[in-house]
Amino acid sequence: MDRPKIEVRRLRYGVGGTEILAGVDALVPDGDVTAIVGPSGAGKSTLLRAINRLVEPSSGEVYLDGEATGSLDPLELRRRVGMVFQIPALFGASVEEAILYGARIAGRSAHAGRLLELVGLDPSMSGRAPETLSVGQQQRVSVARALALEPEALLLDEPTSALDEAARRKIEDLVRELNARLGLTMVFVSHDLSQVGRVADRVVLLAEGKSVGEWEREDFFSAAGERARRLIAGRH
Amino acid sequence: MEGLQTVGSALLTLGLVAVAIALSLYERLDLEREIGVAVVRSFVQLAAIGYVINFIFGLESIGAVALLLAGMVLFAAWTSARRAGDVPRAFVVVALAVGVAAVATLGLLLALGVIPATARYLIPLGGMVIGNSMNAASLTLTRIRDDVREQRPKVEAALALGATSRQAVSPILKTALQRALIPLIDATKTTGIIFLPGAMVGMIIAGADPLEAVRLQIVVLYMLLGSVSIAAILVGTLSYRSFFTPSHQIRKGVSGE
Repeated sequence: MDRPKIEVRRLRYGVGGTEILAGVDALVPDGDVTAIVGPSGAGKSTLLRAINRLVEPSSGEVYLDGEATGSLDPLELRRRVGMVFQIPALFGASVEEAILYGARIAGRSAHAGRLLELVGLDPSMSGRAPETLSVGQQQRVSVARALALEPEALLLDEPTSALDEAARRKIEDLVRELNARLGLTMVFVSHDLSQVGRVADRVVLLAEGKSVGEWEREDFFSAAGERARRLIAGRH
Repeated sequence: MEGLQTVGSALLTLGLVAVAIALSLYERLDLEREIGVAVVRSFVQLAAIGYVINFIFGLESIGAVALLLAGMVLFAAWTSARRAGDVPRAFVVVALAVGVAAVATLGLLLALGVIPATARYLIPLGGMVIGNSMNAASLTLTRIRDDVREQRPKVEAALALGATSRQAVSPILKTALQRALIPLIDATKTTGIIFLPGAMVGMIIAGADPLEAVRLQIVVLYMLLGSVSIAAILVGTLSYRSFFTPSHQIRKGVSGE
């Protein structure tokens, strides 16, 4: 494998005596969709937030293109590594304003209409108030908002958990399509193994704040599928 | 001295407090204890400050006035910080904000010669400035604390897009400042029509010329607008940092949802 886009080494993070991450290792190859799976409370979302330094790890290191993220300016890091959350959390009076937020404060230009097209939405939506869109559409706007900064990688924190089945499939298709069209490296947190089968090239299994293992998708289901199923269902 | 006689008749107004307690009991508002405590405290505190002011008037020392006002600022900060006890450094932030608001507005009034540098003016006006600034500070502080928690997803989304803590929290600051200033702006708008402000009422009852009472009331209102704005803005700019780390992360322990 070439040098990974993102590398996580022995990462630890705790809050008030509770270890949420207790030594996580993970590799995210350049241009792949890497899924992070595990039961709730395994530390998936925290791991994602440690990658773009929304939380500061207590020890261990995250490398972006071989460079320790701890030594990067956190704002610049977050512009290089975009993020999509469970809830779209759009702000601004219009869809266009919502999409251009990050680009505007960075003093960069971006084209809202083109970004809407990129995420499969009608560019004529850009004047509408974000809250008039369906949640599925809002989530796609939040992807467009992250793409406006032309990130090198995109972190997605259970982006379909608030969506119905149809909208969920559209987001999954969008992830594959963006990966294919832009070659964008993505880290996708999920607790849904069938979704992992549809979206991921590679799987990192997490339990109780520790990485259980890493597999290519094809190997994952034969080597660890049953174990992952039991972990997620809460039966060890 | 007719002081005792006045206090005696003032005590008769306790009958009106009884109405409030009766209402609380009848409607099961569970406020009778609070009302009782408030009545006793207000009596003791007002009596005490009456003697203190009397004493300071006797001293004719501007240093003693400054000391009393400083004490008021610290008490205001303590009261406000208790309201927002879980905000780190709340006491220091409020003390600084209220102190600066008081010094700036009273200082300006003194420098312009609007009021003379005597205890008779400085203590009551200072009390009003400090009291109103304290309320604005408490409102701003608790509002920011609640909104950072409730709107955590939006704050986090902004940070993830490369916003600084200040940028991420700016919509919250804006709402908090509006909420803190609007009551006073509304009171200023309606003053003289819906209600006659306390200072003016007191002066008219005490026998002052109504126009002189109006002149002072106008000074009071503008002074309060100024000081409340200063206090709210200072609390806003100083306190939001308590919720973030220098690396623009939401601090551990600022719980979400």
